[in-house]
Amino acid sequence: MRWLKDLLFAGLLFVLGDGKPVEAVEPIVPPGPPDRRAERIVLALLGLASAGAIGFVVAYAVDPLPHRTQYLGLALGVSLASIAAALLIVGRRLVVTEELAGPYPGREDHAEDRSAVERIVADSGSRFTRRGLLKAGAAAAGGALGLALLAPLTALGPVFSTTPFTATPWRRGRRLVGEDGAPLRAADIEQGTFYTAFPEGADREAMAAPVIVVRLDPSQLHLPPGRAGWAPGGILAYSKICTHAGCAIALYRKPTFAAREPRPAFVCPCHYSTFDPATGGTVIFGPAGRPLPQLPVTVDRSGVLRAAGTFSGPVGPSWWGVRSRKAQSG
Amino acid sequence: MIRAAVRFLDERSGTAPLLRKGLRYLFPDHWSFLLGEVALYCFVVLVVTGVYLTFFFDPSTATTVYHGPYRPLQGVRMSEAYRSVVDISFSVKAGLLIRQTHHWAADVFVVAIVLHLFRVFFTGAYRKPRDLTYLIGVAMLALALLEGYLGYSLVDDLLSGMGLAIGYGVALSVPLVGANLASLLWGGAFPGTPAFWSRMYIAHVLLLPLAIGGLLAAHLFLVAARHHTQFRGPGRSERRLVGTPAFPGQAPRSLGLAFGVAAVLVLLGGLVQINPIWLWGPYHVAYATNGAQPDWYLGWLIGALRLMPGFDVVVGNHTLVPNPFWGGVLFPGVVFGFLFLWPAIERRITRDHGFHNLLDRPRDNPWRTATGAAMAGFVLIVFFAGSADRVDVLFGVGYATQIWVYRALVLIGPPLVFLVTWRACRELVAGEQVERARRAGEADARARV
Repeated sequence: MRWLKDLLFAGLLFVLGDGKPVEAVEPIVPPGPPDRRAERIVLALLGLASAGAIGFVVAYAVDPLPHRTQYLGLALGVSLASIAAALLIVGRRLVVTEELAGPYPGREDHAEDRSAVERIVADSGSRFTRRGLLKAGAAAAGGALGLALLAPLTALGPVFSTTPFTATPWRRGRRLVGEDGAPLRAADIEQGTFYTAFPEGADREAMAAPVIVVRLDPSQLHLPPGRAGWAPGGILAYSKICTHAGCAIALYRKPTFAAREPRPAFVCPCHYSTFDPATGGTVIFGPAGRPLPQLPVTVDRSGVLRAAGTFSGPVGPSWWGVRSRKAQSG
Repeated sequence: MIRAAVRFLDERSGTAPLLRKGLRYLFPDHWSFLLGEVALYCFVVLVVTGVYLTFFFDPSTATTVYHGPYRPLQGVRMSEAYRSVVDISFSVKAGLLIRQTHHWAADVFVVAIVLHLFRVFFTGAYRKPRDLTYLIGVAMLALALLEGYLGYSLVDDLLSGMGLAIGYGVALSVPLVGANLASLLWGGAFPGTPAFWSRMYIAHVLLLPLAIGGLLAAHLFLVAARHHTQFRGPGRSERRLVGTPAFPGQAPRSLGLAFGVAAVLVLLGGLVQINPIWLWGPYHVAYATNGAQPDWYLGWLIGALRLMPGFDVVVGNHTLVPNPFWGGVLFPGVVFGFLFLWPAIERRITRDHGFHNLLDRPRDNPWRTATGAAMAGFVLIVFFAGSADRVDVLFGVGYATQIWVYRALVLIGPPLVFLVTWRACRELVAGEQVERARRAGEADARARV
C-alpha cells in the first residue's frame, strides 16, 4: 500500500505543482544493470594494452633484435588495438545506450540577432557622406597594398626570363662522355642498345645535359631536311628528357625479329611517349607533342664523339616559346 | 573530483553550459557517418608521425656520399635529403616504423576522405544548411592530394624526382604563363635552385598542414553548429533528430575508432612495406625507372596524362596549350570544378532552396545518383588507364591496345554508367512500391477474413 501512497502523492504534486525544485537529484543518464563479464573483458584488454606498450619499449631497447620494425609495429599495434577493443566494449556493454530526440536548429532561430547585426553596421555609417568615393579609395589602397606585399615574391625565381629554358651545356666540339666520365668512342657504339652520355665537364643535373646515343643502319635513316651529316655512321644523339613531361627516357625498344616487330624506338617510362630515332625523334605513340631535340654529332680524329653544335630545339616539356626559340650553346 | 574540475573550468571560462550541451550532443547512428572520423584520426596520426620525422629529416639538396649501414648504397653520391631518409629507415631507432606509418596514414587519409565524399554526395548531405561544410571538405581533399604529393617528392629518391619532373612539365603546360609559373616555383629551369627544397619542405610541414587544420576546425565547427544529418526513420523528421548522446554513448565508440585507426596504421607501418626508397636509389635528372607508379591517389592524374593523344596546340610557332595541360590541369580542374559547383548546379536545376536535415537514399534521387556515378566512373576509368603498363607486364595485354580501349571507354563509359545507374535507382524504388502494395493488399485480405 505504501507505493500506492507514494504514487498518489507524486501524481498530486505533478498535477498541482509546488513550483519548488525537487530535492532528490534525478539521474540525467538513466542507470543500467551491471555487466561483470564485460568489465572483466575490458580489464583483460587493458592488461593486454599495457603488455603491448611495455613490449614496444623492450623491443626498442634490445639492440641486436632482428626485424625490429616488425616487432615494434606489432607491439604498438596490439596495444592500440586492445584499447580500441576495450573502448568498443565499454561503448556497447558498459555505458547506458540511450537514443534521444532533440530539435534541429531552425532557419529563423536568430532572426532578431540577424536584423540587429544588420542595423548596427548600417547605423554606424551615419556620418559618412561620400560613400562611393570612400569605398573606391579603400579598394584602391587595399589592392595596392596587396600588390606591394606580393611583389617580393617575384624574387622566388627569374619569373620574366626564359633563358633558363633554352640554355644547354652543348656546343660545337664538346666531347660526349659516358656515365663513368670516359669519352664515348664511335667504334664502341653498337646497334640494338642505347647509351647515356653527358657533356664533358658540365653539370649533369641540368635537363639539357643528358643525351641518348644509338646506332642505326644509315640506310634506314630519314632525318628532316637540314640534318645531313648529323649522324655519322648512323650514330644518333637525342636529348634524354621527354618532351611531354620531363622524365628521363629510360627504355629502348629494339625488335628481336625485325620483319614482324615495330621499329626501334625510345620510350619514356612515365607516360609511354614513343619516339622514332630514325626520323629525327618524331612521336609515334603516346602523349608527347614535340619530337625529341636532336644533337648533331661528329667523330673526331681519335674516334671520339663530339657535339657538332647544340640541340635542334629547346629541351624538355613544352611551353609558350618552345617552338619559336632556339636552343642556346653552352 | 569531477565537481572540482568542472568548477575550476567554469569559474575561469564560464563554459559549463557549453560543456553540458556538448556532452548531450546527439549523433544519429549509421556506419557511413564514421568515414569522416576515420579521415580525422588519420590526420592526427599524420601530424604526430610527421612531427617525429622532422626531427631527423634534412631538406637539403647538398651532395653527400653515403656511408651508412645499408651496403648496396655504400659510396653512392646522393642529396642530404635522400641520405637522411635512408638514415631514418635504417639508423634511427623505430624510424622505419614511423616513416611507413606516416606513408600508410597518408594513403588511408585520402581513401577515407574520398569515401566520406561519396557518402555525402550520394545521400545529398551537402545541401543547405551544410553546403559550406561540404565546400570546405572538397577544399581539404584538394589540399590533401597536394600535401601527399609534396610528402613523397621531398624524399628525393628516383620516384620522387620523376614525380617532380612531371609536376614541372604540368606547371610549364599552363597556357601563356606556364614558363613564368615554373620559373617562379622552381627558381629557374628544372631541377631548380636548392631553395626549392626549402619551399617544398615549409609547404609540406607548415603551410599545408596549417591550412588543412584550419579548414578541419571550420568543418567540425559547422558540423556541430547545424548538427549531423540523419536517414529517415521512426521519430525522425526535418525538425527532430534522434541519436545517441556524445556522452556516454558516442564517446567510447568514437574514441575506440580513433585507437582502432591508429592500430591499423601502426600495424601496416610495422608489417607491410611501403615505398622502400633504398631500392629506388637517389634521383638524377638523367635516370628513370620503368613501371613507376605514384601513390594511389595520384593514379587518376597519371592515367589522364597517359591517355591523351600526342599533340600540342600550336598557334603560328607559339605553343598555346602543351599536352600535359589536358591531363594535369584541365582534368583535375573539371573534376574539382564539378565537386565545388555541384550544390549550386543542383539548387539551380531543382529550385530547391530549403533546409535539408533528412538524407536521401541514393535511389531516391536517380538524377543526382546517376550524375555522381557517371563522374565517378569517368575518374575511375582514367584511374585504371594509369595502370595499363602494369597490366601489360602482368597479363601480357599490349599497352597501346589498352590505351585505345581506354580512350574509347572514357567517352562511352560515363553516359553508360549514367543510364545504368539511373535505371537501377528507378527499378529499386519501383520494386519497393510493389512490395509495399503487396503487403498492404495482404493485410487488407487478412482483415477481411
